[in-house]
Amino acid sequence: MSEIEINPITRLEGHGNIKIFTEDDGTLKQAYLQIPELRAFEKFCVGRQAEYMPQLTSRICGVCPVPHHLASIKTLDMAYNAPPTERATALRRIMHYGYMIEDHLLHFYYLGGPDLLLGPDTPVGKRNIIGIIETYGKEIASTIMEHRKYGQEMVRMLGGKAIHPAFGIPGGVSKGLTEEERDEVRSMAESCIEFAQTTLSIFHDKVMGSDFFADALKSSEYELETYNLGTVNKDNQPEYYDGDLRLTDTTGTQLANFVPFDYLDYIGEAVEEYSYMKFPFYRKLGWKGLVESPENGVYRVGPLGRYNASTSYSTPLANEEGKLLEKTLGRPCNMTLAYHWTRLTEVLNVSEMLRDLADSDILVEGELRNPVGEIQGRGVGSVEAARGTLIHDYVVDDEGLIKDVNLIVPTTHNAAAISLSIAKAARAELASGNTNVDQMNRVEVALRAYDPCFGCATH
Amino acid sequence: MSKPKIAFYWAGSCGGCEVAVVDLGEKIYDVVDAFDIVFWPVAIDTKYDDIRNLEDGEIEVCFFNGCIRNEENEEIARLLRQKSKVMIAFGSCSHLGGIPGLGNLSSRDETLDYVYRKTPVFGNEDGTMPCTTCVKDGNTIDLPALRTEVSALDDVVDVDYYIPGCPPPLPVIEGAVAALMSGELPRKGAVLSTEKTVCDECDKEKRKKMVGKARRIYDDDVDTSLCLLEQGIPCMGPATRGGCKAACPSANMPCTGCMGPPPASQEQGSRMVTAITSLIAVENEREATAEEVAEALASLRDPVGFFYMYSLPTSFLKRRYNDE
Repeated sequence: MSEIEINPITRLEGHGNIKIFTEDDGTLKQAYLQIPELRAFEKFCVGRQAEYMPQLTSRICGVCPVPHHLASIKTLDMAYNAPPTERATALRRIMHYGYMIEDHLLHFYYLGGPDLLLGPDTPVGKRNIIGIIETYGKEIASTIMEHRKYGQEMVRMLGGKAIHPAFGIPGGVSKGLTEEERDEVRSMAESCIEFAQTTLSIFHDKVMGSDFFADALKSSEYELETYNLGTVNKDNQPEYYDGDLRLTDTTGTQLANFVPFDYLDYIGEAVEEYSYMKFPFYRKLGWKGLVESPENGVYRVGPLGRYNASTSYSTPLANEEGKLLEKTLGRPCNMTLAYHWTRLTEVLNVSEMLRDLADSDILVEGELRNPVGEIQGRGVGSVEAARGTLIHDYVVDDEGLIKDVNLIVPTTHNAAAISLSIAKAARAELASGNTNVDQMNRVEVALRAYDPCFGCATH
Repeated sequence: MSKPKIAFYWAGSCGGCEVAVVDLGEKIYDVVDAFDIVFWPVAIDTKYDDIRNLEDGEIEVCFFNGCIRNEENEEIARLLRQKSKVMIAFGSCSHLGGIPGLGNLSSRDETLDYVYRKTPVFGNEDGTMPCTTCVKDGNTIDLPALRTEVSALDDVVDVDYYIPGCPPPLPVIEGAVAALMSGELPRKGAVLSTEKTVCDECDKEKRKKMVGKARRIYDDDVDTSLCLLEQGIPCMGPATRGGCKAACPSANMPCTGCMGPPPASQEQGSRMVTAITSLIAVENEREATAEEVAEALASLRDPVGFFYMYSLPTSFLKRRYNDE
């Protein structure tokens, strides 16, 4: 028996390593994804003043501070009995959509995407954004950077800072948009719609058109059958800021549809000794360990989870792309690498939603916040972050101090699925006799599809 | 001639410092032209063994973000210090301990117990906890231990410069990179940002007296054109170094202190009390009494968590002292 270690796993957020144990004949014995980090926000936020939670918890993740900030403020809206004004909700959505565009583009061009845009066997020194700049040229690279910046700029306009904004107050927000800023958002949204389409055509041309991806997409090495979870609107289309949670089975049939406040009736978390990351599962089925089986409560979240847990996209252009996806890969789709395609479809979906909202006068007129009511104790808030469903749950005492905190973060939901995907990829690579560092990158290709965020996942 | 090597690393961090570097946008072309980035886990596939194989001092500059929360953070900090000529603490967590530094308000055991047993997990009836060594399916697996306390980077290795902020603002990063590229660096130990405070950079009108009662940000309407602190909202502006152009007050929210103490001030909590005291003294043309200071700060229910939101491990308090 021997052991192969990939440490650290790279081009993702946070820390992690993969330990692969092999049998004497070189085949896989078992592979583990291990997350070595824990900062323990759930503990050190206890005792803090509730109003600082949106800023404290945004530090769970500097890649996705906005969804933490928004899930947190939604939690406080409930705890303080202060439903936000219509204008505040619209402004929060603007911030969220800007963030979604930025984060998804970051993944495709900087993090997981280079494996596909350059090929997974590109030499290690080139398999990154610097390789993208060299291969695709500074002109396209500058367009990528420009559109990422649009997303960041929308967050900054409202929250003062693009990373870790200061914005949410129970019942509303601290700042609105001027008409000039609203017009700027609208023109950035138009440009993002165009760039989402450009990115999708790059995807169809360079990625779907490549031998590696065409084979890998449909190979069992990168396939995993699980349940799926995502937030939906009343038409069962993906919703990103507010909605009910929908859990579907491996055939796409709805298993549950619930309000975020009731999440504990549906989701449990298991603990394993070898990692600081917990393993959430569907409570009705329970936790059976790292086993791919319809008897096991493993589910996926994120762009592919949302695609599988919904029936169509809410905007015209994204819905067209969704139909092509469905025709090509089916729905539900269990091909892990389809995360990339669904992610880019969401860039288009969110850009269209952003453009539609930017046409509304509600952004520039009306009250920014409602007064807070009597503190009612517990609040639960959830949003869809780029990587999936994000749930915050606090108990607030009469003085406005935090008494208890529970957080379930997108990559935590995906913990079991990612671990299973890694083991499957490792099994296939070892079976082909592939053990060197570059070949082992194909194992990382499986986990990068999820756009994991392990700093978030252990929090 | 090969280009000088630089490294970016994150320890106990959120990744915001990485995104701040990505937000340099096209300016990254200049960095890539001038330097060879040998280590940057968020963006480049270099592994720890590749760094172990470098010569000592082979890396020209290492930008290190994140606090020292576990044994792995400490080990990699020592490794990178050994391999780097210049070590820069980048961002609040490595500079001051950061928000994860609030972890010093409880013991390691309390922390692990809460996270894995007290939160409503429903999947851990036997009370399993992460273990530094375990046997799973016959395989022995090691896991880094949490340290008993959270530290800033200079608590474990020698640090040459500090770039403050959560995350560091773009102009501050650009200034620091320009200084590095020109070789015109200040004295060792310098914080590479302005000498001003956040108040100096804030454009809200200041009347140099308390104009409102102590309140919390969600209380009555606030005049967003006026100084928030003078209206009774706790704001860390006077106790915080600038460089951020008062980003949070510009969004009508109080400064929470991420840039750390201003020059000539060792820590933020005591500086903040001094600032409030002098605000009251100027208003009354006499020294402030303890009661008046307490009254001005009456809305603060968690002074430690507010004054030291980013700097507890490097403050006078440092940590809660208890059974460990």
